[in-house]
Amino acid sequence: MDKMPAWADAVLVPLISVFLAAAISALVILSIGENPLNAFSIMVEGALSSSRGIGYTLYYATNFIFTGLAVAVAFHARMFNIGGEGQAMIGGLGVALVCLFIPWPHWSLALLGATVIAALFGAAWAYIPAFLQAKRGSHIVITTIMFNFIAFSLLNYVLVNMLKPQGSSDPATARFPEATHLPTFQSMFSTADNVMFRNAPANVTFFIALLACVAVYLLIWRTRLGYELRSFGQSETAAVYAGISPVKITIVAMLISGGLAGLMALNTTMGEAERLVLNATEGAGFIGIAVALMGRSHPVGILLAALLFGFLYQGGTELAFWTSIPTQLIIVIQALVILFTGALDNMVRMPLEKIFLNIRKGDA
Amino acid sequence: MTETAAIELKGISKAFGPVQANKDISIKVMPGTIHGIIGENGAGKSTLMSILYGFYKADRGEIWINGKKTEIPDSQAAIAAGIGMVFQHFKLVQNFSVLENVILGAEDGALLRPSLNKARGVLKHLAEEYELQVDPEALIEDLSVGHQQRVEILKALYREADILILDEPTGVLTPAEADHLFRILNGLREEGKTIILITHKLREIMEITDTVSVMRRGEMTATVKTAETNPEQLAELMVGRKVLLQVDKVPAKPAEPVLEVSNLRHIDEDGVERLKGIDLTVRAGEIVGIAGVSGNGQSELMHVLGGYGHATGSIKMNGQELDLTGKHSDGRSRRDRGIGHVPEDRHHEGLILNFSAWENSVFGYHHGPETGSGMLMDIKAMKQEAQAKMDRFDVRPPHPWLAAKNFSGGNQQKIVLAREIERNPDLLLIGQPTRGVDIGAIEFIHQQIVQLRDAGKAILLVSVELDEIMSLSDRIAVMFDGQIMGERLPSETDQTELGLLMAGVTNPKELAHG
Amino acid sequence: MDLAVIIQVLDSSIRLSTPLLLACLAGLFSERAGIFDIGLEGKMLISAFASAAFAFTTGNVWIGLMAGIGASLALSAIHGLASITFRGNQLISGVALNFLASGLTVLIAQNWFKQGGRTPTIPEEQRFQDITLPFADALRDVPVFGPIYSDLISGHSALAYIAFLMVPLTWWVLFRTRFGLRLRAVGEAPDAVDTAGVSVIGLRFAAVGTCGVLCGIAGAYLATSLQAGFVKEMTAGRGYIALAALIFAKWRPWYALMACLLFGFLQAVALRFQNIRLGDFVIPVQLMEALPYILTVVILAGFVGKAIPPRAGGEPYVKER
Repeated sequence: MDKMPAWADAVLVPLISVFLAAAISALVILSIGENPLNAFSIMVEGALSSSRGIGYTLYYATNFIFTGLAVAVAFHARMFNIGGEGQAMIGGLGVALVCLFIPWPHWSLALLGATVIAALFGAAWAYIPAFLQAKRGSHIVITTIMFNFIAFSLLNYVLVNMLKPQGSSDPATARFPEATHLPTFQSMFSTADNVMFRNAPANVTFFIALLACVAVYLLIWRTRLGYELRSFGQSETAAVYAGISPVKITIVAMLISGGLAGLMALNTTMGEAERLVLNATEGAGFIGIAVALMGRSHPVGILLAALLFGFLYQGGTELAFWTSIPTQLIIVIQALVILFTGALDNMVRMPLEKIFLNIRKGDA
Repeated sequence: MTETAAIELKGISKAFGPVQANKDISIKVMPGTIHGIIGENGAGKSTLMSILYGFYKADRGEIWINGKKTEIPDSQAAIAAGIGMVFQHFKLVQNFSVLENVILGAEDGALLRPSLNKARGVLKHLAEEYELQVDPEALIEDLSVGHQQRVEILKALYREADILILDEPTGVLTPAEADHLFRILNGLREEGKTIILITHKLREIMEITDTVSVMRRGEMTATVKTAETNPEQLAELMVGRKVLLQVDKVPAKPAEPVLEVSNLRHIDEDGVERLKGIDLTVRAGEIVGIAGVSGNGQSELMHVLGGYGHATGSIKMNGQELDLTGKHSDGRSRRDRGIGHVPEDRHHEGLILNFSAWENSVFGYHHGPETGSGMLMDIKAMKQEAQAKMDRFDVRPPHPWLAAKNFSGGNQQKIVLAREIERNPDLLLIGQPTRGVDIGAIEFIHQQIVQLRDAGKAILLVSVELDEIMSLSDRIAVMFDGQIMGERLPSETDQTELGLLMAGVTNPKELAHG
Repeated sequence: MDLAVIIQVLDSSIRLSTPLLLACLAGLFSERAGIFDIGLEGKMLISAFASAAFAFTTGNVWIGLMAGIGASLALSAIHGLASITFRGNQLISGVALNFLASGLTVLIAQNWFKQGGRTPTIPEEQRFQDITLPFADALRDVPVFGPIYSDLISGHSALAYIAFLMVPLTWWVLFRTRFGLRLRAVGEAPDAVDTAGVSVIGLRFAAVGTCGVLCGIAGAYLATSLQAGFVKEMTAGRGYIALAALIFAKWRPWYALMACLLFGFLQAVALRFQNIRLGDFVIPVQLMEALPYILTVVILAGFVGKAIPPRAGGEPYVKER
């Protein structure tokens, strides 16, 4: 029998972990001489009280949905893809190439093309670590870390030596042609006399992210492939008994994971910057780890966690603007969330299990 | 008798959750003797010895060493009390030398060199005294299993252990290595050491022990002098006097061969040959039971037949050759050829414990019609189908949404059985069908197997429970050391003969009656 | 290219190798004991900040060093708690600690010094001074050997010499002492250590602690010797390069020295020359930067000798029969 009910494991443990992370974050804010409640209200004010703030929150959330899903798919197959950052960079390269070199007649077609290429590029970058894990047993965590750095160098080289417009010193491409510019929330939701989401970077990619949530849900829980992927993640010996190939599942799971990470580039590169810059990913690949852990690798959880982190990012930016708290507070919070939900979850689970055992004994 | 016992256990009890592994066990072992503890798998022998070595804490009971009540909370205390243990799975550092392994934890100072020099001398002395020759500079990973075991014994002796516990020491040894081990043990006994030998092999008990205790289902059923007993009596004590489970069945009507195995060989990852040329035929409408002590190649045979585990030789299914190494040597291809498989280890193979019952009820068949024909699996149909199967096989509680880990052993087994039998396979491989299963479910499971036979299917049964083999099989093949020692009809043999065959005795009639 | 340029590049290689070497040996202790540590980067970073902050405020670089080691040890303690006591995922814990260091350093630096997340520049005399070895000046004019001794071997900070002395010391501890024997054993077969009556948990905490101390020295070297203070993200991936060097070195001290010198040299060359021209072919600087990582992947793939990590690495120890 379970030591505690399933709902407690699925909801209570992460909730308590997040609460612990929040409490320590509040202490950090206190210790640098600011009022945590005040800080929180500034964050809410800045991230949620205007359509512009919401536009930023959703923009960040879009990135985190993609990278969170990427980490989650790999988690389901019991792999830790820490290479979302690199996969997203290479995805961005794909987006830039498609936008710069194909004369698209309309943004919708450009988006379609870019989506395919971003996923393919991201997947391709995940393929080598996946192959090495499946065939040669090279630890995927280490190889994907290495591939993040290699991706950065590669991107740097391509930008500086190939894609940088003449006369520019910035390691970035030229601006993408007008036809590839994606509709922003501002252009989609504003009316003549009521401008919504003014200057916010949220764009149509958000809906692709929502679609990705649905797609990943269906993949993991409704398709045979997802079933095999989860089986493999739960028990490799059982998977082998059932005729599931570990090599195939390892590679396929990482291809999907890399593809999802690559899709993030649609939002940053095509949707917001409208050109490819060197540091387009801004650590979103790593935030995906926190999002996936907190969302328990379930698309609904990931969506909620991504929205929370979107709020933290936008709120944190506002906070840095109005107070002496730097945006790095968000990184601390992110670290604490990963620590408590990912590495220290037994610290929360063990006492909880005891409590539930005692309750049960009391009943019996 | 006034002599103090080297070890005396008084009323030891230990439970793991609801499972009572040791029930009020008392035992007395005299110094300078070899005391055997015999019993079937899961009888509680290893748990008892782990308590003695400080791995587990007994719920109740006392340990007395050399007439002194001793607390053994951890291995350190056990070592201090003069107890050394040779585990079934060796506790050695593979890429360390023999010397380094011997001194680990028993070093004389902060620097290694003096300890190593001292150990080199001691080892040389021990080697001469007890036939324990091992190259002290060799790496463990380069040593044979037999030599690795000597290192374990040396470790204990280096710590000046007076009491040596060996847990199934011959399970991994060749007969020649086992003989050598026994010579070593004899030498140790002559020097006054006390030895506890845990085994399930009758031959070993008869050959070397002075006294023997029999364990069954967590209880100590008897302690006798070896000279005053015989294999038949011990076998009876081991399996108990309980009535054989009667299975209602009419005589088999074997038809054409379904499975034909010839000269099947399998070498495992460590390069050990686990199957040494198996020849076996199973016909439609018969149950062939494979008897044997676990670890003699039965698991490997099931794996190879089930599609995982490369092999050489030939397997024919309904007259057609099966792929043994290529891309059709996987579980899915085997299922497509009409082979169902209830694996020996349902926790690590047959089920995904965290999956719900309905998810588990298509495991391995998830590409088949059970999951619907569309892109997405038809969850509703799967749940309905699982519910129907659970009802037919009387799985309790009958909730398809419950995770597999929340069912009892018997009900878990029924979930696996339902999945494999309802697929209507031509051949059913079934390993340890009733391991960890309660009595009520055993009867049901046996009935299902017989029904499948009567429907004209071929069944290959592997079990370490002799009762089960005897009562279910229409033909019995005994496996020992990767080979089939012989085939018998249940009506023409008895447990003693089978037990001796299982122990590798080639001519059991002679030994039993001579 | 004359001797002077070569010596300059080699000198710079040594300076850049030093933090890699310290971090690499730190990782070696931890991973040899079976605890994976991808948090080397974070420990170095937090130590860089703490050492710079305390060296600047107290004016004593040794207090700075102690503070750096202390900060690094604090992260080690969390890592130990997560991965040894609570048997959590060692990789996730490492990732979390890297972020924690990355965020906390800037947060505290900004709070304390209000200079945009950096410490003020530490005056020359409050940093680790370059040590001139005996006879360095006298021997300078001896051909070839003179410049090598005076300009390459002499003239580094105490921490650099400590780093290089750590190599034989680490080797000696690992292979010649009781602690080393047990440490290596616990990373290979914790059950063997446990049944031999030695505490697995104690050993692993000791290893993680040693790792913390060495990472602390590495961070202090960065902020109070190589550079004159803390700037944000100043470790710049060195923790990961050290990790790569560790794999490259197959978890052995002398190989670690070689790997770190090689990776330091690659960094020095990339810094000095940018793109390298070989006839018509140009080696881009980015390739030089990425080379440590690429080499490590090649090693990991097992194409050039197989890198086999300690057998029990990454697995929390659960007592089992």
